[in-house]
Amino acid sequence: MSRARPHRAPPARIRSPEAIAHAIERALVSIGEVVGGMGLLGSRILSRVAKLNLDGEELRRNLYRMCFQSMPIVIVTALFTGAIMVVQAAPLVNRLGAHGLLGWAAGFGTLREIAPLLTALMINGRVGANNTAELGTMVVTEQVDALRILAIDPISFLVAPRFVAITVTLIVSTIFADVLALLGASVMGYGLLGVSPTTFYNGLTSGLLGINDVTSGVLKSVLFGVLIGLSSCQFGLGASDGAPGVGRAVNATVVASAAGVFVIDYLVSFTL
Amino acid sequence: MSHTASEETDPPSQGPLPVGVVKEVGAAALALARTARELYSLFVRTLYYTFRGKREPGAVTTYMYEIGNRSLFFLTVVMGFIGMIMAYQGGAQTKRVLPDLSLLGANFLELLVRDLAASIGALMLATRVGAGIAAEIGSMVVTEQVDALRMCAADPVDYLIKPRFIASIVMTTALGIWSAAVAYLTGMATALVWFDVSPRTFSNLALVDSVDLGTGLAKCIAYGAAIPIVSGHAGLSTFGGSEGVGTATTRAVVNSSLAVIILNLLISAASFLLFG
Repeated sequence: MSRARPHRAPPARIRSPEAIAHAIERALVSIGEVVGGMGLLGSRILSRVAKLNLDGEELRRNLYRMCFQSMPIVIVTALFTGAIMVVQAAPLVNRLGAHGLLGWAAGFGTLREIAPLLTALMINGRVGANNTAELGTMVVTEQVDALRILAIDPISFLVAPRFVAITVTLIVSTIFADVLALLGASVMGYGLLGVSPTTFYNGLTSGLLGINDVTSGVLKSVLFGVLIGLSSCQFGLGASDGAPGVGRAVNATVVASAAGVFVIDYLVSFTL
Repeated sequence: MSHTASEETDPPSQGPLPVGVVKEVGAAALALARTARELYSLFVRTLYYTFRGKREPGAVTTYMYEIGNRSLFFLTVVMGFIGMIMAYQGGAQTKRVLPDLSLLGANFLELLVRDLAASIGALMLATRVGAGIAAEIGSMVVTEQVDALRMCAADPVDYLIKPRFIASIVMTTALGIWSAAVAYLTGMATALVWFDVSPRTFSNLALVDSVDLGTGLAKCIAYGAAIPIVSGHAGLSTFGGSEGVGTATTRAVVNSSLAVIILNLLISAASFLLFG
């Protein structure tokens, strides 16, 4: 019986410099292809969205499926991350005796980095992967070609609604996650350190944190949404070679989006 | 045209609301309890086979390569960026409260060793490795290769999950250490460029004690054990052809990420309560 092992380890061998140079070149070219393809797809989607030429029913269905049905995961993730932030800050707070600063420490990290980042990673795993699988299956079963034959534009019928739905999902989930993570943090602060919720919220609102911290996180979530939407549609539409190809596309999109999320996070953190 | 994954896509019909909500919550709770029991049973069987099972030469090494070496580049990129982001944000925030940045490196290293390196690294591995494991095992399930294994009196847990389990524990620990090193180096560079903290001041091991180190390593081992179990479970419970494999992959990524987050909270809280 043969075992399904798509990536068997290649035999160990010493590669020549030319081979390594070739490998690097191939990697760079494929990265360029992906980024360029995402840019092209993005401009096509934008032209449809600007003309409001997208399928309303499909948008509503995707919003329900992506946004509403992800809520349980977002809620659990946010509550737990808020609690983790407090546990991580706890030794520092105890060392400095600065219980009043707990709200600031947890709130700052949550609003600016952790809530948008972890929400994006979870949505990437749930919605991005699912979206690629769905579009990829449609491509390899030639349903997208069928749409073209029926003179229905696949971009405005399939891709643009999904892209918009993913972006909206990210924004809504991040705002949700901000609130819930702070709730989880205040409960954990009370349970673990005995910091009363009042002190926690005073620390949160005492002037060290501003609206900038919230908008920075939400801006990140918009960019994460654009990235996850574009890459999951791009990899889904580029799927080939039947069901295994769809699996490869799903894996590629999850990894690419996760790496891209961190790169964007870095760029935004340093420019704001 | 037919939509794929048509289940759970349509909004539920409008029934009398309270009954529907109670029903849904109850169903979700039952499903959760069932999954928890199955995961526990899978974990126990994997542990049993780890010590008692048949040894297949080369299997563990293959999966170590697959899980570890092939994740190295991805993890290096992500942890490099995380190190830069965290050092920058930490420095910028500390400057608002204290004028003194000399302890930036010490606090950063403590946080990295105790939590960030293992947890962010494991979240990334949950994405890459979890999706891979679920897709492989799931496609074996829908092509009935797993049933064939059972017919040959080979337990799929012994044959498929156990080698991945051992490989994942070893490689997650190794990659956790690597992640800490990468993030620390990029953090050091960031501190030097943005805040003029010299590498000598930044490399301050004063705050890292054995408790931090132990917590970090315990996290690595726990995540390494959890990821293959959770995604192997998702893979083994695949049904419904190639679409089912897609669903299983998604579930594996989400559930192993959740497992990492929950384990993180449990281990962090336990270490704080036990050792302060």
